[in-house]
Amino acid sequence: MTAADDRTPTEADVCVVGAGPAGAVTAYSLARRGHDVVVLEAGERLTPADHHRRMEMWLRPNFERDSFWRDDERDRYTTTGDVDARLNETRVKAVGGTSLHWDANTPRLHEEDFEMNTRYGVAQDWPISYADLRPYYVRAEREMGVAGADDNPHGPPRKEPYPLTAFEPSYSDSLFAEACEELGITMASQPKAINSEEYDDRSECVGYGVCNACPSGAKYSAEVHVQKAEAAGARIVDQVQALSVEHDRAGDYVESVVYATPNGRHFRQEADHFVIACGGIETPRVLLLSDSDVYPDGLANSSGAVGRYLMDHPSVTTTGTLEEPTRQSNIGWVSSRSDQFYAHEETGSGSYHLTFSNTAKSTSGGAQSRSPPTSPSRLLDIVSNPTSDTVAELATDPLNEMQLGDALDLPTTSGPPYPLSIRGAGEMLPRPDNRVTLDKSKTDNHGRPVPSIDLSDGAHVQETMEHCLSVQKSILTELGAEITEVETLSGRRMSTHHMGTTRMGTDPAETVVNEECRTHDLANLWIASSSVFTTAGANNPTLTIAALALKTADHIDEKL
Amino acid sequence: MTENQPGSDDGVPSRRQFLTALGGTAFAAAGYGYGTEPSGSVAVDSVTGSSAHPASGEHIEALTAIATAVYPSAVSITPSFIESRVFGRVEPEPGHFDKLVTAIEAVDDHAKARFGGRITDISAGRRRQVLQSMGVTTVHPTADGTTAEQVRFYLVGDLLYVLFTSPMGGKLLGVDNPPGHPGGREAYKQGPEGGEP
Ligand SMILES: Cc1cc2nc3c(=O)[nH]c(=O)nc-3n(C[C@H](O)[C@H](O)[C@H](O)COP(=O)(O)OP(=O)(O)OC[C@H]3O[C@@H](n4cnc5c(N)ncnc54)[C@H](O)[C@@H]3O)c2cc1C
Ligand code: SF4
Repeated sequence: MTAADDRTPTEADVCVVGAGPAGAVTAYSLARRGHDVVVLEAGERLTPADHHRRMEMWLRPNFERDSFWRDDERDRYTTTGDVDARLNETRVKAVGGTSLHWDANTPRLHEEDFEMNTRYGVAQDWPISYADLRPYYVRAEREMGVAGADDNPHGPPRKEPYPLTAFEPSYSDSLFAEACEELGITMASQPKAINSEEYDDRSECVGYGVCNACPSGAKYSAEVHVQKAEAAGARIVDQVQALSVEHDRAGDYVESVVYATPNGRHFRQEADHFVIACGGIETPRVLLLSDSDVYPDGLANSSGAVGRYLMDHPSVTTTGTLEEPTRQSNIGWVSSRSDQFYAHEETGSGSYHLTFSNTAKSTSGGAQSRSPPTSPSRLLDIVSNPTSDTVAELATDPLNEMQLGDALDLPTTSGPPYPLSIRGAGEMLPRPDNRVTLDKSKTDNHGRPVPSIDLSDGAHVQETMEHCLSVQKSILTELGAEITEVETLSGRRMSTHHMGTTRMGTDPAETVVNEECRTHDLANLWIASSSVFTTAGANNPTLTIAALALKTADHIDEKL
Repeated sequence: MTENQPGSDDGVPSRRQFLTALGGTAFAAAGYGYGTEPSGSVAVDSVTGSSAHPASGEHIEALTAIATAVYPSAVSITPSFIESRVFGRVEPEPGHFDKLVTAIEAVDDHAKARFGGRITDISAGRRRQVLQSMGVTTVHPTADGTTAEQVRFYLVGDLLYVLFTSPMGGKLLGVDNPPGHPGGREAYKQGPEGGEP
């Protein structure tokens, strides 16, 4: 048995559950200071070659993008709200967590995001301010290797330079820039944890253009901090699911995390401190699953807030075409954004930011992705109950016919009209009924209730995103584009950012963790996740997750 | 409630064969990165860690011949393009290349039996007819399906994948550096005339 196969518990000062950015950064930050750290991760480890496979799976319509990590039984969930949770498209369970799929856009939150109640009379203030988090943002940008430029007049204040220079704007950015200038809208570079030059022993971006499955390692993933944590002595145990968190008789301290190994054995990992870093959905689920006599509604849930106040970032996109080339899909990432409409004063409603497309052309499709001859459910019927008729129908469906040679069906055309698009992602306010609960009627591979996600947009989201759509339209109109598609909120699905479900605050009756991200209820239980966000802002969460993780690690270090 | 149950160690599921495939393969990755895949034939060595693949020279030639029937005539390809792009990439799933070779042989056998010659010996138009008469153009690509479905999945699918992730295929799409090709960071900045905006 190699060390990596040994999944039995070991002595530890700190047990971290989850090896995404939150868990990996916490583990590294503590391990490098000499503490014994064990990380329990439900998913598997990937090899470098796996990342090349993932690229093909991402690009090739007939492969499943998520098959590299998903376990259908383990990852069951229920979705009940207006917004379809599509949970398994918005997360990854593997060493590195969801950062294996992320786009690596790393803006900071804005100052006002921490003071929504004081400034605008909505939601609640965070117990910490932008100024409190600012030094940790600087550290997080260095840890993740953020490329950017201090060129955003509507961005949050910053003094220290980004560790890497910003990527240069794309050609299409220059088209957008003309229109935006006419309309008085300022664009800025998009900060991102992708190497614009070699950094931290990782290659510079070489332009594969498949950033959700970047095979070069130019894009930061939490595997970086997993490796660093291991080099500093931490132990990463993969393929183990934390089943419950157990406390002492009085309910003051956590004593252990109970976990299951792939062969069904259960173990108990003890430690002095415990950090739950399972993402915005599984973190509250683990707490809810850990109910006890002292905490009948779930561990650390005397406030009743665990699972509540779920927020995502609703988005809308307007696509148009021009008669002149827009040079799309020559790179995989967004290079420009605008925070002009981040302040509520600008919109009269909520915050949003805009990003300008570099990838509006799809190069995977055409003859590569012939639609299945019948609907997926019909297909399942046929497969499970084949008759000669249905099989013949499957085999000869004329809709599935492809042409060869010069008539080959291409994924996109080379000539005019040329596409481009603007996306806007906005703020959702915390509402108690948007929540993660346990669906006791459905169980996972260990017979435990699955997470049930109930998410709906309120009037604030509607107003905010309507404003956003009107701005998108005016920019494209100014550009002279013909608008071809408008993706509104109607029928929208949950975004990839899951926040608010173990919210931070000073009042133990209303919130789950304090300003140090330690649970109010248990003295040695900490949470590293966007689940602690009191409000969500309109910016991507992961840099803030990493900054908070570094801060939390400092607090844990003080206690050890 | 947490007894340390004796578990059967042989019961460890290998849910993703995908990952176990190259478990022990040497892979040139520097530091915290994954290592980059140079385009072209070098990829055979640097990414798979081995230039061993199950295709013979005849298979490569047959696949090149089939590619001339599948691709538009504007695309001119060589056996070395096919070898480096198709068999030089990281095998997407264990056994994929073996199935591809089987698919190539199935097409060649069909050509010999029904069209009077090896696939390499007949015209591009006749090659298209070979694929059509096998039913390849009217079935859904299915990895574990019928012969025609497997030819569509492994052979036609692979040919299209490597085409549209190469600059040659990118030309058909009006994309100089198509996704999947590590073509650097110049193309996205260039205007339509190739210069800086
Ligand atoms: C397509 C896509 C694009 C994205 N783009 C961006 C972006 O541009 N910018 C940005 O900021 N964010 C982006 N995100 C979101 C970003 O990936 C997440 O915010 C980030 O990964 C969260 O980090 P985390 O460590 O909190 O959780 P995760 O990364 O989700 O990691 C949680 C880990 O915990 C493990 N786990 C869960 N339950 C258990 C258990 N019971 N026992 C053991 N382990 C468990 C999981 O297996 C997982 O590995 C994107 C996400 C997706 C899907
Ligand atoms: S464009 Fe850069 S970051 Fe994106 S996949 Fe390619 S190398 Fe990775």
